[in-house]
Amino acid sequence: MTDATVTRPRTRRDAQFDRIRDREAKLAGTTQRKGRFLSKFLNNRLAVIGFAIFAVICLMSLFAPLIAQHDPMSPNLRAIAKPPSAEHWFGTDKTGRDIFARVLYGGRVSILVGLGSALLSALIGVIIGVYSGYVGGWLDWIAMRISEIFMSFPQIILVLLLVAILGQSLVNLIVIFTLTGWGGIYRMARARMLSIREEEYVQALRSFGLGPARIAYKHMLPNALGPIMVNITLSTAAFILQEAGLSFLGLGVPLSIPTWGNILNAAQDLRVLEQNWWIWLPVGATISLFVLSVNFIGDGLRDATDPSQQG
Amino acid sequence: MQPNDPILTLRDVQVHFPIKSGILKRTSGHVRAVDGVDLDVYRGEVLGLVGESGCGKTTLGKAILQLVRATNGTVTYQGDGGETELTTLDDAGLFAFRKRLQIVFQDPHSSLNPAFTIFGSLEDPLRHYGVKTRKERRKIVGDLLEAVNMRRESMDRYPHEFSGGQRQRIGIARALSIQPELVVCDEAVSALDVSIQAQVLQLLMDLKREKNLTYVFITHDLSVTEFLCDRIAVMYLGKIVELCDAEELYSNTLHPYTEALLSAIPVADLDRKSQRIVLEGDVPSPVNPPSGCPFHPRCRYAQPVCRTDVPQLRRYRGKSGQHLAACHLIDHPLAD
Repeated sequence: MTDATVTRPRTRRDAQFDRIRDREAKLAGTTQRKGRFLSKFLNNRLAVIGFAIFAVICLMSLFAPLIAQHDPMSPNLRAIAKPPSAEHWFGTDKTGRDIFARVLYGGRVSILVGLGSALLSALIGVIIGVYSGYVGGWLDWIAMRISEIFMSFPQIILVLLLVAILGQSLVNLIVIFTLTGWGGIYRMARARMLSIREEEYVQALRSFGLGPARIAYKHMLPNALGPIMVNITLSTAAFILQEAGLSFLGLGVPLSIPTWGNILNAAQDLRVLEQNWWIWLPVGATISLFVLSVNFIGDGLRDATDPSQQG
Repeated sequence: MQPNDPILTLRDVQVHFPIKSGILKRTSGHVRAVDGVDLDVYRGEVLGLVGESGCGKTTLGKAILQLVRATNGTVTYQGDGGETELTTLDDAGLFAFRKRLQIVFQDPHSSLNPAFTIFGSLEDPLRHYGVKTRKERRKIVGDLLEAVNMRRESMDRYPHEFSGGQRQRIGIARALSIQPELVVCDEAVSALDVSIQAQVLQLLMDLKREKNLTYVFITHDLSVTEFLCDRIAVMYLGKIVELCDAEELYSNTLHPYTEALLSAIPVADLDRKSQRIVLEGDVPSPVNPPSGCPFHPRCRYAQPVCRTDVPQLRRYRGKSGQHLAACHLIDHPLAD
């Protein structure tokens, strides 16, 4: 080491490189590499922060009955639109319901709908897109046409139809979001596969006579995962907001059940927006934090699965 | 090398890709990538396949491996168990023959899966061919890496941690992993710089001796073929125009196209005055090949007959009596 490098002030990068060197020195000579993914993820500061926020929000929603002192549904006529206080941490809404409790309980529905439909539609989209994109031919043609039908169908009509047939419920909402949402991820997965298909390692696997499912899912999918994960995080946010919109129209979750979306909908009243900031700010911040944390986790997962990036 | 022991026989192999146009996806023509190739590959030889870009060398290589299916003609494999026509087999039927034929690719950057370690990439084919335990697979992969002069430990690294030459050697190791008899080297050294090229070529020759391999060596670099090929086939626009022993090709060139190709090899000898034959224009489109001899628009000897009649591969005396060329203007073919 020369003097020049010693006198330079040490930066965070230096510390990071030191950690990498230490880890490699420790791993050198051993064949154990299983911790690589985890250690890379943990080494990503944003991802860890994101995961912490995500975990806190999820746990608080899950244990809402233990944390909230008020019933999210029962109105308190003596405390209508009161600002935050020791009694009501986030204040109360226009019917006197405790907003803190509503945010906690609302998280249960919103997370389930948002993350649930995003993961479900990603699962369907990836399963169909990866295989049909690799195999091509008539299977690809059929899958493409089906996705076009679903994507061109107006969501609101589909919702009306399903609500009319099955009634208003949470499960229906997830089904609708999945049906209308898988097309985007399917198309992305398919497009990635079309370009990966031409790579020579895929030709090599074919020349070994490996089956198409094995090549597509095991060998090609890991290389298509990056954009798919980003898409999942983005659609999670979109679904949470869509759920809010549909609930507002009375087509989603029944309005009496608190969700982040229908709490936020109160802010559509201009007077609430101007005078009762506590009604929309906490829940808005929670949605933003949640979406942001999912984004960070997605980024962290993508980087951790990309072998060409060092922790 | 026994000259009359073919491992692979190609008869009138054609690979035509349909061009679809318009909203109805009607076929409006065909790209004749490979247009009627007859070729024998003898056991234990190195057969060079040369030609400029777009002449169908790679497609022919892939057609040998059935990665691209021939639209016409037959590829027959002759092994211990007799003859098998590969072109008629479906994927399941091909399985047993995948083991005999392998390929080394041109681009070392796309020939290894970036998401897997070297071991991860190489173990799946092994598992597919019945190597059950992980321990065994690790041993085999380690041995393979050592065979291509790399360290055993490399197997736990990712492709991006290697240089182009190293990756190419890993690609060779992968092709050899299931002990093939014939390896198609598709521009296996073209993407490497010259010093690494020599290293990899030497390695290929050593492996060939050790494991009794047969190579089909696809390249556009005639100085490479001179170094390692026993026989050379020159391709032009999907057809073989000249085929003979390597030495013969360089000393007794018959076809005008080969003549032009050879004159383009740079020679590091100031005293040697070679006349450079510059070909005008591009290779004609394989969608709409010229009538008669495919080479006539660029041939400096072209006669009226070249425009109308397609020349057949004919046999000439040469040193071995095995010199084939397809040109109207070369006299004295041997009667068959």
